[in-house]
Amino acid sequence: MTKIKAENIKKTFKIRTNGNSRNNGNSSNELLALGGVNLAINKGEFISIVGPSGCGKSTFLDLVGGLSKPNEGNIYIDGKPVEGPGLDRGIVFQQYALFPWRTALENVEFGLESQNIPKNERRGTAQKYLTLVGLNSFEDRYPYELSGGMKQRVAIARALAFDPDILLMDEPFGALDAQTREILQRELLHIWEETHKTILFITHSIDEAVFLSDKVAIMTARPGVIKKMEDIPIARNDRFEDDIRSSQDFVKSRYKLWELLKEEVVRAQQISGNAVSNFSKWETAK
Amino acid sequence: MGSANIVKQLKLLPQKVFAIILFLLIWEIAPRTGLVDPVFLPPASVVFSALYDLVITGVLFKHTSISLQRAFGGFAIAALTAIPLGFIVGWFKTFEKYMDPLLQTMRQLPILALFPVFILFFGIGEVSKLAIIALACFWSIFLNTVSGVLNVDPLLIKSARSMGIPHTGMFRKVVLPAAAPAIFTGLRYAGTVSLIVLVAAEMIGANAGLGFFVINSEAKFAIPDMYAAIVALTILGVVINYLLIGVERSVSKWKEEIVRS
Ligand SMILES: Nc1ncnc2c1ncn2[C@@H]1O[C@H](COP(=O)(O)OP(=O)(O)OP(=O)(O)O)[C@@H](O)[C@H]1O
Ligand SMILES: [Mg+2]
Repeated sequence: MTKIKAENIKKTFKIRTNGNSRNNGNSSNELLALGGVNLAINKGEFISIVGPSGCGKSTFLDLVGGLSKPNEGNIYIDGKPVEGPGLDRGIVFQQYALFPWRTALENVEFGLESQNIPKNERRGTAQKYLTLVGLNSFEDRYPYELSGGMKQRVAIARALAFDPDILLMDEPFGALDAQTREILQRELLHIWEETHKTILFITHSIDEAVFLSDKVAIMTARPGVIKKMEDIPIARNDRFEDDIRSSQDFVKSRYKLWELLKEEVVRAQQISGNAVSNFSKWETAK
Repeated sequence: MGSANIVKQLKLLPQKVFAIILFLLIWEIAPRTGLVDPVFLPPASVVFSALYDLVITGVLFKHTSISLQRAFGGFAIAALTAIPLGFIVGWFKTFEKYMDPLLQTMRQLPILALFPVFILFFGIGEVSKLAIIALACFWSIFLNTVSGVLNVDPLLIKSARSMGIPHTGMFRKVVLPAAAPAIFTGLRYAGTVSLIVLVAAEMIGANAGLGFFVINSEAKFAIPDMYAAIVALTILGVVINYLLIGVERSVSKWKEEIVRS
């Protein structure tokens, strides 16, 4: 059953004209970020999007979240067109977006407040999710007192707390150290199995995408479209095995994705006219 | 944490009072040694004993309470008008664009130059004094509120929207707390301004209040009384500033660094 369906999504941004930016639009001060994205995600599926920086991944997530409108095309959730944001979708933003005047716990409570849940119950739920991400002893800290990785974990707890059907996660583990990252990846897989949420996950790490996803969508350089959707042929149960990352299937998937992605990364750099190599951001398939 | 803080404050005490004590000493010695004319500047001890008399006789209290009523009245009127208006202007950005040039110009207007105009309209009574204090306080509160609202991080609005916050909730739960530190900075500044304008207004046209008492003592050549009232005004200013800083801190405790005055 299709949970999320994107049909030919196009999105342009107005940009300030200083005359030096190359673009593909018809008008000279518009930037075509998404050039017709088609994507279907089944209920309970875990799909990752990988693509070069600036290709429109966050833009696409915003559209699915109902936080902005596409210029062309439609997004459907459970067959109904997306009209705006809603508590059926929980978003973990790339830049955390925590409320600085709220403690970690109060941040996690935020989404619960617009439902009519009594305060005690709200507290309890928020504490449960903070514990889940390993931050129970930090519940009274303000965001400025937390590290980048801790903030990301609060943001994840916040999106989970109101129990949305769909999780939209924009590089949620980007600021974490390798160990915490692996722990949370496993934790996310557990949550996914327990709750049957549909997850749309954006990452820069091919390794992470292969480890977590049922399918990985490769996005092209701007204007972003889905270049290819790759199935990851690894059973859910196998993912918790210690040597999974060195298994045949894992290595093969990783290599295939990297091959698909490589030329997009190069193209993205040409588009941005930026000679600085971003390759270090990507893990090679070796 | 609290007691550690107090210990720290106590350790800093000698450092903090050093300059003040030195200042009082010079003030005491200079007139006594004839360095300045003691008639124009009586020694600190004389001034403080005059202050003591004014406190004992209740004269100081009478003038202070009248002054405080005016300052607080003007301040309150300013806050009650400037904060809502600031929210409106800050929230509707196009409005702000049109208003900004006028606002920036008005802000430069030397408020006290308007006092005769106010007297013309409202007479010499309380109304014109309240009005001039309110107007002077208005600008810093208003402009800080506007910039506080304008600078709310759009990502936070987005984040709140994604969690199903309706428009009314957005105001209460996002815009207000995000703008609060800026508003309190405005209020604190307005507190200082209110005292300055109060004194000037009371000197120009009043028959009570600390400003009046200063100028009247000078006219009667009660010089120690004049200085005593000036000292009282200074203490008042310090107290008000500390109160407002306290409130500002309590609403900005989530900020990494609090701007200290
Ligand atoms: N509000 C906006 N106004 C103008 N241009 C925008 C806006 N948001 C995004 N863009 C542009 O759209 C393109 C896609 O941006 P987006 O943030 O979706 O990229 P991304 O794929 O998420 O990149 P990254 O991996 O670095 O996070 C970029 O070229 C960006 O400059
Ligand atoms: Mg992004």
